[in-house]
Amino acid sequence: MARASKRTKTAAASRAFPQLKKAPSGIAGFDEITEGGLPAGRPTIVCGGPGCGKTMFAMEFLICGATKFGEPGVLMTFEETGDEMSRNVESLGFNLQSLVGKKKLFLDYVRIEPSEIQETGEYDLEGLFVRLQHAVDSVGAKRVVLDTVEAIFSGFANVGMLRAEIRRLFRWLKDRGLTTVITAERGEGTTLTRYGLEEYVSDCVVSLDHRVNDQISTRRMRIVKYRGSSHGTDEYPFLIDKKGFSVLPLSSIRLDHKVSKDRISSGIKDLDAMLEGRGFFKGSSILVSGTSGSGKSTLAAHFANETCRRSKRALYIAFEESSAQVTRNMRSVGINLGQYIQKGLLQFHAWRPTQHGLEMHLLRIHDLVDDFNPQVVIVDPITNLISANINEVHAMLMRLLDFLKDRQITAMFTTLTANRGVEEQTEVGISSLTDTWILVRDLELNGERNRCLYVLKSRGMAHSNQIREFVLSRTGVRLLPAYVGSGAVYTGSARLAQEAREKAESLREQQQLEEKRKEFTVRRNVLESQIAALRSELSSGEAEFTRLTRQRNERQQRVALDREEMGKIRGVSPANQVVNS
Amino acid sequence: MKTSKVKAKSPKRQATRDTSNVTLELRLYVAGQTPKSLIALRNLKKICEEYLQGRYRLHVIDLVETPHLARDDQILAIPTLVRNLPQPIRKIIGDLSDTQRVLVGLDVRSQAK
Repeated sequence: MARASKRTKTAAASRAFPQLKKAPSGIAGFDEITEGGLPAGRPTIVCGGPGCGKTMFAMEFLICGATKFGEPGVLMTFEETGDEMSRNVESLGFNLQSLVGKKKLFLDYVRIEPSEIQETGEYDLEGLFVRLQHAVDSVGAKRVVLDTVEAIFSGFANVGMLRAEIRRLFRWLKDRGLTTVITAERGEGTTLTRYGLEEYVSDCVVSLDHRVNDQISTRRMRIVKYRGSSHGTDEYPFLIDKKGFSVLPLSSIRLDHKVSKDRISSGIKDLDAMLEGRGFFKGSSILVSGTSGSGKSTLAAHFANETCRRSKRALYIAFEESSAQVTRNMRSVGINLGQYIQKGLLQFHAWRPTQHGLEMHLLRIHDLVDDFNPQVVIVDPITNLISANINEVHAMLMRLLDFLKDRQITAMFTTLTANRGVEEQTEVGISSLTDTWILVRDLELNGERNRCLYVLKSRGMAHSNQIREFVLSRTGVRLLPAYVGSGAVYTGSARLAQEAREKAESLREQQQLEEKRKEFTVRRNVLESQIAALRSELSSGEAEFTRLTRQRNERQQRVALDREEMGKIRGVSPANQVVNS
Repeated sequence: MKTSKVKAKSPKRQATRDTSNVTLELRLYVAGQTPKSLIALRNLKKICEEYLQGRYRLHVIDLVETPHLARDDQILAIPTLVRNLPQPIRKIIGDLSDTQRVLVGLDVRSQAK
């Protein structure tokens, strides 16, 4: 009946769209790459060298099936006992024994001890089939894992019989519609598996790889073959950590993040001013690059400080300095990060870049972001991750940025540039991924070194094109407007000298003016006094004239009177009077 | 009677590795009445009668009926003959057509020779 229902389902699926039915593996990232998971009801080979994570892949497939997808499973191991297996996956947080207790999982350890076995004539592996059938029946399994089935090649001499039996086994699994993962050792040369198992299983082959580059190991996965389905063909990094098996990328297949128009302050007023006065876009990525000691971390700390001041959470990942050291150092520019750490607004994580491979770093950041859910993530500096291959860092950053952008988290990375040359390529490699690129640079001039800051690019805003002088002071960072006189930019003491020169000049002018003013005042005073003198002279002349006139009049009157008197006395008529003047 | 035998032979076996007077506990695992199983059973009976007269006990276990025993006894190949006693356990797989190999496998001296 089960078979019948399966047939109808398959028929329905093929009518609608010839899409293979898939069984989700539950492995983070894998189901995205394969567009749904492993081929349902068919065997899949997972091959790879020792320690590449084959068993982990298989276990996660099985456990996720049992816990998440309601598909009980059978684990048949040929190399490790059930107890060993339980212990191995316990560290990943899986409890096999409880699943076994709940009848969701059936463990069968097939012990092969060649020394105990004597071969006398013909035989087959019917015992294996009986065991498998029993296991499948006892839990109603839909999924089967055969962990390194090729171990049977070590136990039996009759290789021809073994091959026939393995072929029969895979057929048997397929007939029963069991989604099976078969792990196999990597073969020498061009073969995928040591015993050529891929000949028998042609539905899906996944190859795992574990390579070491400059002492840092990276795990990679590739889907060699997936019959009847499209799939990602690249090599995908993956990792195994305390959360199990995860394949990256997690989301970078698409490029369709939400974008925000909201702004977020950089924590430096002057820098915000350079970015239309409002700071960065929320959810954008900011790259701060500069030579050593140019103040990249200080910029980052300001950003963190500002974020926390607004009661938002910030995650600070430091690859160079410990949390305590950064906190102490930032006090010198007037930033107290310690208070926010105590409040739980700022999480500080410092670890060595050499501690893990790139993927592990990435996943660790993923985990931290998942747990803490910050608005801002700062990685200081990403340069330290660049060990050998810039492409890898590029890919990792791309994934990280995708991940952060998807969550609308503003990311700030700092990179170290030693000098012009090779490092600029580094910048080019990663700068194209970021939205805003701030360069902090040293200018050596007149026997001193000064920091300069400019915004090289900032997508989606009219940012300032100016080079500003970047001054660290006890009270924080200030960006001094660059001195733009005489067609040159002055910084540091040159700027001060220029300013002093300018001041002196203006002072001199002012003094001259003052002198002129005084001179003029004196002149005016002199002239005014002259005018007064003249005026008084004039008025005294006038008075004299009036007096003389009056005197004359008085005299004339007197003469007239006298004459009249005289005439009176002489008896002469006034008509005979002679005027004597 | 059997237990006394087992106890008695223990030191003797260590000294001489002689199993000639020890009762062998044999189990033959088969899966249904397949031709191989039938041949194996026939061969085994012949060998037992010829070489182990009176000092063996044989159980034939059909895994189709008791599949859980396949896991418990670590059976993979069919047919498998297991010598449970005396220790250590020995396994002989195949249709037991090679009598000499069966005897070597069971660690039994071929008295016929």
